[in-house]
Formats: sequence, structure tokens, C-alpha cells
Amino acid sequence: MAKELIRLTNLTMTFEDGETILKGINLYINDHEFLTLLGPSGCGKTTTLRMIGGFLTPTSGEILFDGQRINELPPHKRKINTVFQRYALFPHLDVYDNIAFGLRLAKLSEREIDERVMEMLDIVSLKGFENRKVTSLSGGQQQRVAIARALVNRPKVLLLDEPLGALDLRLRKDMQNELKRIQQAMGITFIYVTHDQEEALTMSDTIVVMDKGHIQQIGRPEDIYNEPKNAFVADFIGESNILDGIMRQDLLVEFFGRQFPCIDKGFARDEPVDVVIRPEDIDIVPADDGHLCGTVTAITFKGVHYDIIVDFKGFKWLIQSTDYQEVGSYIGIRLNPEDIHVMKKSEYSGMFGDYSSYSAEYDEIAEGGEDEE
Amino acid sequence: MRRFNKIFTFLVFLFLYIPMILLVVSSFNQGTDMAVWKGFTFSQYGELFRDRSLLRLLGNSVLVAILSSLIATILGTMAALGIHAMRGRMRRIVLGVTNIPLTNPEIVTGVALALLFAFAGTMLKINSILGFWTLLIAHVTFNLPYVILSVMPKLVQMDPDLAEAAQDLGCTPFQAFTKVVIHEILPGIVSGALMAFTMSLDDFVISYFVTGSDFVTLPVEIYNYTKKPIQPKIYALFALMFGVILLLMVAMNLLQLRDLKRRRTKLTQRREPSR
Repeated sequence: MAKELIRLTNLTMTFEDGETILKGINLYINDHEFLTLLGPSGCGKTTTLRMIGGFLTPTSGEILFDGQRINELPPHKRKINTVFQRYALFPHLDVYDNIAFGLRLAKLSEREIDERVMEMLDIVSLKGFENRKVTSLSGGQQQRVAIARALVNRPKVLLLDEPLGALDLRLRKDMQNELKRIQQAMGITFIYVTHDQEEALTMSDTIVVMDKGHIQQIGRPEDIYNEPKNAFVADFIGESNILDGIMRQDLLVEFFGRQFPCIDKGFARDEPVDVVIRPEDIDIVPADDGHLCGTVTAITFKGVHYDIIVDFKGFKWLIQSTDYQEVGSYIGIRLNPEDIHVMKKSEYSGMFGDYSSYSAEYDEIAEGGEDEE
Repeated sequence: MRRFNKIFTFLVFLFLYIPMILLVVSSFNQGTDMAVWKGFTFSQYGELFRDRSLLRLLGNSVLVAILSSLIATILGTMAALGIHAMRGRMRRIVLGVTNIPLTNPEIVTGVALALLFAFAGTMLKINSILGFWTLLIAHVTFNLPYVILSVMPKLVQMDPDLAEAAQDLGCTPFQAFTKVVIHEILPGIVSGALMAFTMSLDDFVISYFVTGSDFVTLPVEIYNYTKKPIQPKIYALFALMFGVILLLMVAMNLLQLRDLKRRRTKLTQRREPSR
């Protein structure tokens, strides 16, 4: 059983302007865990990270580190280091001196400093860059220096605030693998903040989905994706069709006037629910064999698959399939019990999961980096 | 048209610098009459450096300029850091208050300070309080806004994460300043100090009101000279002062240029990843 390292209890944060960013966060983080705080701009993820780093003091609640309360402990006394969003490398120092900065403050011998800096340069694949000016490095290289500068102090926890946000897609993918490798090799707890759901799914042991200052769901990547707790999580992680349904009984849900066997239970009889169907789980069949039938209104080539928009009685679904469908053609779909996920109604019901205003550019919009202050 | 522009620019500069050129030329004139050129000589400079009392006054001016600009630089940098840490309305108010002395007529500042010192003298029962210390305090006072105004932009340009990164790596807040922040705002501190130094060196109006007869600076004494015919060695002195201040200004501009270039390369670096 993994050891608990950090515990946040009832953490709230109200800023001077009266805005409450965090409304009672409860969370524990295990040693050696890769935990991601995921959510849109302004959800409170960066605020949470800054509190763990010591740059903000919570309005109420407790931060425990190894069982000790550290609410008021200043950053320089915490065994925690941070990789900042814009790297925050010191421009007046070269690569070597940037990495050695923390070790020099800790008054280590120059010999040991040299050993550890060289070891870190090797780990982040920057051997031979010791004497380069940090301003002469590319974004990806600066990123590596920032990681090395933090990790060389052998912190118990490394905080990363959207560290890959400024890199291009290709480099970002490489760095994701790199970070995961470094985390496993060094056995350090990573707390990672991002608004990129794919990044979170790829790297994390545990994902914490946040919105509006609340934790919406905590779980392993597979659980978050397959068993979203509410419409917000279902929509934020991946693509989802979210429909109004009624839970007739355990293992039987009704929507679009038809009853479907499902694998969910534990709801009240005839309880109104949200039904999530992932676009890639839907099988397209000839209209005669379909559980439901609808008309194709748009199709977009996405590389691996097509994004197909199908109109079912005025409600538009997104279906992802490798087979081409003619616009205007009448098709049927089949749903297996494991393709259907039933969720309790929440404040988010009805806000997400309708593709009536679908635009082919949704990917690009989601890609556009949001800055969070 | 372009030619006209050139001629016009030349005329403007000529007009601006004719007095200075005349002064420099006069400082090398053998005769005592400014209007008649009697041949080239260094003798005015020789006389200047033999005049002990004049050199002592110059020494006074330089001493006050160095001390006041040093103190103003330290206090001004601290003030800029404090203002930078403020937010919203408070920050705007404090910055505004900082700017007022810059536009305030010098003579008003001078009289106001003289009043304050007279008041303090009465309270502390000191007969002649006006002298070196009051002069120094006055110079620090009018130098402060220049330092604050030249340090503030550097703080605004600085990546706010830098100070946090330093603390994150083990610096106390004070160490974060000495090991990281100061390197980022140094160009602003230096140009503020240079500006303060030159302002202090040639200040007459305020100094005239706040100093006594036992500590006189050069500009104050020269004012007394205007009541009788000016000795040519004064021309030599002015030519030298003009030269020194010109050098300081050129140095300051070069410093700013270098800083600008450095920032530009940084900017192109930042843009690179999004190519």
C-alpha cells in the first residue's frame, strides 16, 4: 500500500477582491504518485498547486505534508520544487549555474554539486550544454533545464504548472513520455496541472477533475474516461453524447422512447438520469437493423476516423467511425450494454453533450492554449 | 524635401548647442573679453586647478551628488519594490503621489523644504540647522522619484515567476532579491542612479534655499559670481562639467541600448517554439 504524503482538507481560497476560487478541496496524494489536476481555466487547479508550493496561504482548511501542517511554511522551507509554466529560468546565469542554484543555497561542496548537476544534465539529455546561456536555448531545451533545476534538489514532490503549454504538438508528445520516464526513474511524486485532457490521460496515475473550485471526480485515467461522474467530466474528458434518460430498473435504461439493457445499477426506480455514449463506441448498421435510426448531416475526415454527425429526431449525435457515410443517408445504430454509461443528474445536466452546434473546428478550439492566472 | 529636412535639423542642433560651443571656445581663449579671440591657451584650466576654494566647492558638489544619489538609489529601489508588490487602486495612488514632485516647481520644493528645516531647527533648538545635512536630505528627496521611475519599468518587464522560482529553490525572500531580482532590474537602478547624480550635481534652486554659509556647493557659489564679472576660469570649469555630464549621458544611453538588444534576442527566443 502506497504511503500518503500530502493531504488537503477543506481547503478554500478567497482572494482580496472577494472572489472565491476554491470551495473546499479534499484530496490526498500518495508517495511516488503521478497526480494530475485537470480542468478549464479558472477552475482552481493552479491555485491548489500554488498552495502546495507555499506561494499562497489558504483562507481556511489544512495542508498536511507527511502529517505536518504546512499552511504557513514559506516556500524555501518546503521539500517541494516547482517547474513553472514559463520556465522562469534565471537569465543572468548559464545552464550549469541555473541547475546548481538550489544546491549552492544548500551549501553542498562544489564536488558534489558538480556530480549532481552532470547527472541531471544526463537525465534530461542536455549534456554539453553546461555553459550555454539559457536565453540561447529553444523552448524544449529551456523546459528541460527547468525540470533539471527542480529535480536536482531531490525534492519529495515536484509541482508542474502546465509545463508543456508553450511547446508545439510534436515536442509536447516527446516531453510527455520523457516526464513519465523521469518520474518513474527517480521515484518522485509529481503533481501536474493541465487543461489538456489527453495529456492527463497519457501520463497520470490519478486524475483529479476540477471545475468552479470543486473537485468533480478523482480516479484512474480509465475510470475517469469510462465512468464519468457527471456531464461536465464526460464532456471535458473526450467526446460524449449526453442524453436525457430514465432508469426504469437496475440494468435497464430508457431514452428516445426505447429501453436499452445497460450495466449500471443502484438508481431509484424511474429516476431521471444522464446517459453518456462515447462516439467511438457506436456501431453503424443498415437502417433496418438499428436500435435507432437517423440521417447523416455532416461528415469530416479526421485521419484515423471520420467524425459523423447524425440527426436522431432533432437531437444530433457525434459518431466516430472508420467507414465513410454519405451525407443525407439514413442509417441505423446499435448500442451494446457496455457502450451505455448512466450518470446521476447534476448541475451540469443539459449543458453538454449536444452536437447541434457542431463545428469541424472543435479540435482546434480545444487545442488553443488557455492561460490561467 | 529631404535636403531641407537635413538643413533644418542641422539648424536646430546648431541653435541648441551654440551656447555650449561658445562656452567651450571661450574656455580656451587667451583674452578676458569673450567677444575677442586672442589665441588658444590652456591657461584658464591651469588657473582653475590652482584655485583651491573653487575646487573645494566642486568637491562639495560631487560629495553631495554621490551621497544623495547613492541613498536615493537604495531607498528608491526599495520603494519601487514595495509599489510593485501593491495592487489596483493603492498602486495607482502611490505612483501618482511619486510623480507629483517631478512636476512641482523647484522653487516651491526649495522653499517648502527650507520651511520644514526651519521648523525642525526650532523644535530641536538648533540655531543654524541649514548646512550639509539639510542639503543632503533635500537632494535625496528630489532624487527619489527619478530612481523610482526608472526602476519601476524594469520590475514590470520582469517575469514575476523569477522571484518565486528563487524562493522555491531555497532562497529567503531577501536572497531572492540579491541573487535574482537585482540582476534583472540592474539597468534601471544604474540609469536611475546616474540621473540622480546629474540632477544633484547641477541643482541650484533647491540647494540655494536649504544650505547655509558653511557648506556651499558649486552652483550656489557661481550664482554669487554673476553679480560681478565672470572670471574666465569659470568657463573652463563649466566646459569640464559639460564634458563629464555628456559622458555620463552617453554611457546611460549605451546601457539602455544594450539592454534593449538583450531583451529583443530574448523575445525571438520565446517565439521560436511556436514556429
